[in-house]
Amino acid sequence: MTIPNKKGYFGGFGGCFVPEVLIPALKELSKAYGDARKDKKFIKELDLLLHHYAGRPTPLYFAKRLSQTLGSDTRVYLKREDLAHTGAHKINNTLGQVLLAKRMGKKRIIAETGAGQHGVATATAAAMMGFPCEVYMGEEDIGRQALNVFRMKLLGAKVISVVSGSRTLKDSINEAMRDWVTNVRTTYYVIGSVVGPEPYPRMVRDFQSVIGKETKRQIVQAEGRLPDYLVACVGGGSNSIGLFHPFYKTKAKFIGVEAAGLGVNTHKHAATLGKGRVGVLHGSKSYVLEDKFGQINIAHSISAGLDYPGVGPEHSFYKNTHRAKYVSITDKEAVNAFKMLSEIEGIIPALEPSHALAWVKKFAPTLSKNKIIVVCLSGRGDKDVDIIADYESHKRKI
Amino acid sequence: MNRIKEKFNLLKATNKKAFITFITAGDPSLSVTERLVLEMDRSGVDVVELGVPFSDPTADGPRIQASSMRSLKAGTTLAKILNLVKKIRKKSKIPLVLMTYYNPVYAYGIKKFARDAACAGVDGVIVPDLPPEEALELIKESRRFNLANIFLLAPTSTKERIKKVIQKGSGFIYYVSLTGVTGERKTIPPDLYKKLKEIKSLTRKPVAVGFGVSRAAQIKSILKKADGVIVGSALVGIIEKNSNRKTLYKEFNKKIDLFSKIIHFACKER
Repeated sequence: MTIPNKKGYFGGFGGCFVPEVLIPALKELSKAYGDARKDKKFIKELDLLLHHYAGRPTPLYFAKRLSQTLGSDTRVYLKREDLAHTGAHKINNTLGQVLLAKRMGKKRIIAETGAGQHGVATATAAAMMGFPCEVYMGEEDIGRQALNVFRMKLLGAKVISVVSGSRTLKDSINEAMRDWVTNVRTTYYVIGSVVGPEPYPRMVRDFQSVIGKETKRQIVQAEGRLPDYLVACVGGGSNSIGLFHPFYKTKAKFIGVEAAGLGVNTHKHAATLGKGRVGVLHGSKSYVLEDKFGQINIAHSISAGLDYPGVGPEHSFYKNTHRAKYVSITDKEAVNAFKMLSEIEGIIPALEPSHALAWVKKFAPTLSKNKIIVVCLSGRGDKDVDIIADYESHKRKI
Repeated sequence: MNRIKEKFNLLKATNKKAFITFITAGDPSLSVTERLVLEMDRSGVDVVELGVPFSDPTADGPRIQASSMRSLKAGTTLAKILNLVKKIRKKSKIPLVLMTYYNPVYAYGIKKFARDAACAGVDGVIVPDLPPEEALELIKESRRFNLANIFLLAPTSTKERIKKVIQKGSGFIYYVSLTGVTGERKTIPPDLYKKLKEIKSLTRKPVAVGFGVSRAAQIKSILKKADGVIVGSALVGIIEKNSNRKTLYKEFNKKIDLFSKIIHFACKER
């Protein structure tokens, strides 16, 4: 079976739900990407960039002290995407897409961003390859991710504040799509996750699959066998698909960790796969958080990168075929995991992968002996220190 | 016969062009929408598009976005809009088209939507984020209930796409005048005539032009090539500016009477 099929469907999920004006552009993109994938020169150029510029391969680090706290001889490895250039896995995708934009002869780059990591990674790739770059970011996110806003500006990008709707990631995607509809002939839209219309979900997955491919090699070298569990956080789902996909045909269990916010039984969460329904948002059919009339709900998570009411169609496919299990972790549990990793491993993780770490902390002690777990540490936590400080001082007041 | 088809046949026979309008249903309330539709019927509007609001309207500019939010805030739902159509149908035969995004239709259920819309008296459906390739089920169900499926074409559409949309579409072809979102513009894109000529050479189905259309000179010149124009944001703007009902009806009527005169007169001038 090939997933997705020719129309961009992963089982019943995916497709291409966009206004007519974008259809020719998506066909052009699909063809250009198809050609690039077969072009040895393109592949080599991207490989060199990933190696010399982004610092790949990233290490697969055995977290000895973390493992000791879990018992049962569980061995936890961290895939250190936080050590990639710009501090997160997002660079894998933006280098690929901006290189493709150059090949297609586009003149301008746009992107949306939630936590700002994708915005920074796009601005970085655009600066390095000489493109003007504009990044749409929700006003709410601009407030809570000031460091990344400043980084984007330093990189020469223009950050456009989005004031429509909930003023978070979902609305930045809306606004970026409106820009693309208007400037489609000259502009390349770099989508930051495995969402959007065909071919984006599979293209972003392919660029992020470098995470899983390296992990496979590295874990066999370290342990002589494949892991039992792969654990990663899921917002739109790019770092998790990047880790999971190369293991699709193996026996490794996939655990996708969504943000439960204040709890999945409140209205303040972002557990799209856990609590959502099938709908159509941002160009593809997948699980979404919506009311019974099909209006999209506002998601909530302490982590801006997971604060999204949609999810990539390939995850919906993994869920319905039971290839992956999707669980959720609250703001509070994520903050505790954030502090734990900082204290016992000397690594300050981003709040997004702190959700994956929290799951490991919670469930690893219940596992049988000698399990190997790989956690995708998708980004570093510098951007989140203000949020943690705020959270702590708020807690003290109560 | 479907009321949209009937209307275009009649217009053709009398050598006239179609005046098509868009307003968001439920902005500011469903009772105001009812009154505005009846006023449009009186004024000679040929087809009315009623917007079904969606929380994430990616093809719309700021004016219709704001209008959708006002409508949602007032508690408008697809079911309530279908009820409104039933009410209007008791008083008017004006062709009515629902324009919405796919998710509210999908959540309602496609089969149920086609049946309920047709029963209420809706004549056609426009779903801008649903290209013909993804619309197979909606087309199938719409045919069963004699609902027209109006698809969009854009300046970027290739000949292959134009043919596909012509083949799958019914009612009329909605030509999006520019690459962009809804909203008033000052000028007409330079490639408009060439594209309209290409489309008209491939079909006898009526072609109406929308997005960015609001000025008399624009309308007159578009109607040299097209079978109708669609005016939306300019009317939604009047609703936005007039929170007082009395002045709203007065201003709205003034505007549609003016457009009606320009559009129906434009044809006589030829």
